[in-house]
Amino acid sequence: MKRFPEYYTFWNIIGHYGLRVTAFLVLVFLMLPILIIMPLSFNSQPFFTFTEGMLSLDPEAYSMRWYQEIIDDSNWLLAIRNSFIVGTIAAFIATVLGTLAAVGLSSQWMPYKRLITAILLSPMIVPLIIIAAGMFFFYTQFNLVGTFTGLIIAHAALGVPFVIITVTATLSGFDRALFVAGLSLGASPVKVFWDVVIPLIRPGVISGGLFAFVTSFDEVVLVLFLAGPEQRTIPRQMFSGLREQINPTILAVATLLIVLSAALLFTLEALRRRSARIASGE
Amino acid sequence: MIPTSHTLDPDDARNAAREVRKRRLQAFLFVVPLLVFIIFAFVAPITTMLYRSVHNPTVANLLPETLIALEDWSGEDLPDDTILIQFATDLKRMANERTSGQLADEINRALPGMSSVVKSTARNLRRVEDSAIATNGVALLLDANDRWSDPTTWRAVRDAGPIYSSSYYLTAVDMERTVSGGIAPRDTQIYKQLYTKTLKMALIITILTVLLGYPLAFFMAHAASGLANFLMVFVLLPFWTSLLVRTTAWIALLQTNGVVNSTLLALGITDQPIEMLYTQFATIIAMTHILLPFMVLPLYAVMRGIDNSFMRAAISMGSRPIGAWYRIYLPMSLPGLSAGALLVFIISVGYYITPALVGGVDGQMISNIIAFHMQQSNNWELAAALGSLLLILILVLYWLFDKFVGTSNIKLG
Repeated sequence: MKRFPEYYTFWNIIGHYGLRVTAFLVLVFLMLPILIIMPLSFNSQPFFTFTEGMLSLDPEAYSMRWYQEIIDDSNWLLAIRNSFIVGTIAAFIATVLGTLAAVGLSSQWMPYKRLITAILLSPMIVPLIIIAAGMFFFYTQFNLVGTFTGLIIAHAALGVPFVIITVTATLSGFDRALFVAGLSLGASPVKVFWDVVIPLIRPGVISGGLFAFVTSFDEVVLVLFLAGPEQRTIPRQMFSGLREQINPTILAVATLLIVLSAALLFTLEALRRRSARIASGE
Repeated sequence: MIPTSHTLDPDDARNAAREVRKRRLQAFLFVVPLLVFIIFAFVAPITTMLYRSVHNPTVANLLPETLIALEDWSGEDLPDDTILIQFATDLKRMANERTSGQLADEINRALPGMSSVVKSTARNLRRVEDSAIATNGVALLLDANDRWSDPTTWRAVRDAGPIYSSSYYLTAVDMERTVSGGIAPRDTQIYKQLYTKTLKMALIITILTVLLGYPLAFFMAHAASGLANFLMVFVLLPFWTSLLVRTTAWIALLQTNGVVNSTLLALGITDQPIEMLYTQFATIIAMTHILLPFMVLPLYAVMRGIDNSFMRAAISMGSRPIGAWYRIYLPMSLPGLSAGALLVFIISVGYYITPALVGGVDGQMISNIIAFHMQQSNNWELAAALGSLLLILILVLYWLFDKFVGTSNIKLG
């Protein structure tokens, strides 16, 4: 039994345990939905719930059939391929342009800093449905609706704010004297940028790029409005699956996505620690 | 001693000014590529949408002559025969160009029920000779459907005409123009109710995330840092998991034959499945789950910096824990609380995916109706007007956020 300070009353002790129990229950609420679909994806029956067999741990009740169905379904394979293509190119564009802009925005000489920052961050604030409607109206004029180019441009714009935020944060710990030192030793600004600045802000750039990739990878509203059948992505495929014919293939895909996001989370955490080390100058 | 000058000589001043300009330009050049990209990819589309909400040239392009002729019409009696003949000629042309359906949709918006009238009349006129319309157009029109003899119909044609119109905004706030030109509430009140419902649901979701998020953040913020980091994984993993995955999970849980119902049945709490999916309840619980990390993360960041010994001091001096929390801890955690609450509220007001998938009919929010007008009813101008109002609402909320919380408090991960 834990010892409490003498001034603790009975109600203090109740509060102490009450807080623990509440925090625990909230964590269960956060994790349970995600944990529950993982075993369900191994269901040998086409149901979204645990069968008798699954509860009694009968091996017969479990199967990999829904994972097999992903591999056998050309729609899913196309969606997976598209998601990675669109996500990678969109993240690349957002990262390159966003990093350059973040360098400019971090300069004390930058004119109209507040206004320009607000414009560049605005894709993060405006609801997706509004962005989708506006892009649909505007991109139609350039025949960009129903093309990969249109979708990639749209997703790159969504990813930009994340790159700006992460790279600016890394740059705030960057010692400008290093830049000046490079110049004073005779290197061109471009060379200093590549050889001195980029290596130091790389963790911020990579995590910004990952954020941009995830944003595109998880995005479905713009896809619904701007993409044709040829550009279907994983979330788009899940969306129509959930609306039309629900079957556990979606649970199998969901499980794979959870594993992917767990991997991503640990990568980002490692990057964050490295970037914190750089910022603290160790 | 050499006298020092406190003013720059003109050459130095010019050089300094040039240097400043050069550096400003250098910094700006870094930003230019992205700025150009965002203006094309994002700012121009949003501007187009705002423009679209007041701009609709469809009818003006379809019926240019008829509309000019209608300008002089009093609006009281049936328009002149020349106008009717002009309209019949236009309608025949549209029937052959297969654009009469567009006109039918547009006029139907001004006067419900007109869609079928326009379409059937267009079909009747399609095969009629031009000369027959020129001589007998009035009778042909009036015979095709007797609604053409009603001045109300012609007012609808006239009112659908203008290229620039505020009528979509009026519709978006459940108003309409009356015969006399005034503004009055419409018979069917849809959108105001929808905005109220959206705000109400967003508020409930915000309150629920506070009730769930505050104790969790409090516990984590004052736990040993090893434990806190470990527990943080359970907050961040859902945060990083795809939105559709989390929505899928709630569908699996809440279905009629889903996990929750099976459990309730097995425990004997209920003897028949409860319909939970496709209701407002489903939208609220799924969105609370999805947005909870947005509450916990800013709260945790602020609480981590609060020294808990203030609370202990108050309790040791005889304050009850609730009193100590209310008087001491709550004010100090308020920045995190308001940041989380505004963030959750702003995001939920504009939410689309989760209500669309689990909301059924009564769980739909304003975004879903915008999507409906974009995709199903094809009333793009009304969608744009509703979207513009939503955008204004979000910007006001965001302005409040910036004023009370400061946007620099937004951090990732």
